Amino acid sequence: MTSTSVPTDVPAEPGPAPTRPMPLPAPRGPVGEALVRLLTGADRGTAALHAAVDAAVAAPPASWLEDDDVQHALLCLYELHYRGLAGVDDAWEWDVDLLRVRTTLEGLVEAELRTRVPVPDCGDRTRTGVAARLFRLTEEDDSPSLSRWVARRATEDQVRELLVQKSVYQLKEADPHTWAVPRLGGRAKAALVEIQADEYGGGDPERMHHALFASSLRGLGLDDTYGRYVDHVPAATLASSNVMSLFGLQRRLRGATVGHLAAFEMTSSLPNRLYGNGLRRLGHDDEATTWYFDEHVAADAVHEQIAARDLAGNLAEEEPALVDDVLWGAAVCLAVEGWAGARTIARWEAGESSLRLPL
Amino acid sequence: MSQEPHPTDVTNDTGAPAYRASRTPAPRASLTFCPDGPVLVRGDVDLRDEDGRPVDKPRPTVALCRCGGSAIKPWCDGTHKVNGYRSLD
Repeated sequence: MTSTSVPTDVPAEPGPAPTRPMPLPAPRGPVGEALVRLLTGADRGTAALHAAVDAAVAAPPASWLEDDDVQHALLCLYELHYRGLAGVDDAWEWDVDLLRVRTTLEGLVEAELRTRVPVPDCGDRTRTGVAARLFRLTEEDDSPSLSRWVARRATEDQVRELLVQKSVYQLKEADPHTWAVPRLGGRAKAALVEIQADEYGGGDPERMHHALFASSLRGLGLDDTYGRYVDHVPAATLASSNVMSLFGLQRRLRGATVGHLAAFEMTSSLPNRLYGNGLRRLGHDDEATTWYFDEHVAADAVHEQIAARDLAGNLAEEEPALVDDVLWGAAVCLAVEGWAGARTIARWEAGESSLRLPL
Repeated sequence: MSQEPHPTDVTNDTGAPAYRASRTPAPRASLTFCPDGPVLVRGDVDLRDEDGRPVDKPRPTVALCRCGGSAIKPWCDGTHKVNGYRSLD
């Protein structure tokens, strides 16, 4: 093989932005400070990080899901498995000390979720029984509706905040659930691939859902850089993204990943119609801004049927031992998204911003 | 098993098959009737409006509204979940 010179003056190509690592999010407490010092080479060993984690474990907050320090640390640790962190050596991804820290922090989050979110009961554990239970679960969800607020009441500033909040996950939309593909087989695997192929634009990079979301950000005058607004969002929003990574990165939780995806798809069509209507009410009626939301109305009406019956339902029959985790993963999705949404609405009702930093 | 030449087999200059094209026919189009929900349409189908004009199929699998309530007909937008539609199939 001969070496080739790499041109350094390539003009910028039109089209989707190149893949770049996430800017390193700013720490929010002692765990994050020790982690960032380690990742950037300021600390040589992991002693300070372990000490900070031990101190956090010894003095638990009311909720780990609302703990800024731990959710920031988890987001950074997970990001090593996605696009990486700017200025951080990729080798940290499989560093055993960091994996030990991640396991400790994940244990706190998972234990809290297991306590706060019960496994939904399900008498009929057949393919159709599990699918029907998932539909009933999502229909009974009584979380405050962020989408109705946006459709009827949101100001321009609040809609911008909404997109900033969503950007943490939506700029990597579909990626956490894709981890489950090699862990499934048969009809469930085929169903997951059918959904994810559509999420990734069916082979067209400009139709990838995270690319459509980037277009919406630009339409509202926001920055579409991957991870650009992580520092702006509260722990609850980091937690909704982190829970997907917690499930997606662990094979033992593949049932929960499937349930999470099913619930996510099953609560998407109608809210996205309302988000699109809210944008149009505020004068954002250009296709580049609203396409993301309108696309999800039609796409997720397809995906929810495949997710409930072909993905979750078939997995229930292929691996009956996973049924409880499928249902629990769906319930966790509804709970975590509901907590984050309720927090945003509460701030807006009080006339405040839902963000930690001004835009 | 018979080894009749397939019309799309590629042969080399001895006539022996160098590459045997798949004998599996393209999957037939399918309709899936979702209980209390839409009809999923997969595969190569010719969708037309009432004047015979082609309707673009925006994704490989589409969901057709069955409840009558969709705001984006002929596609499903999930409205069947809030208007009490029962498919009774």
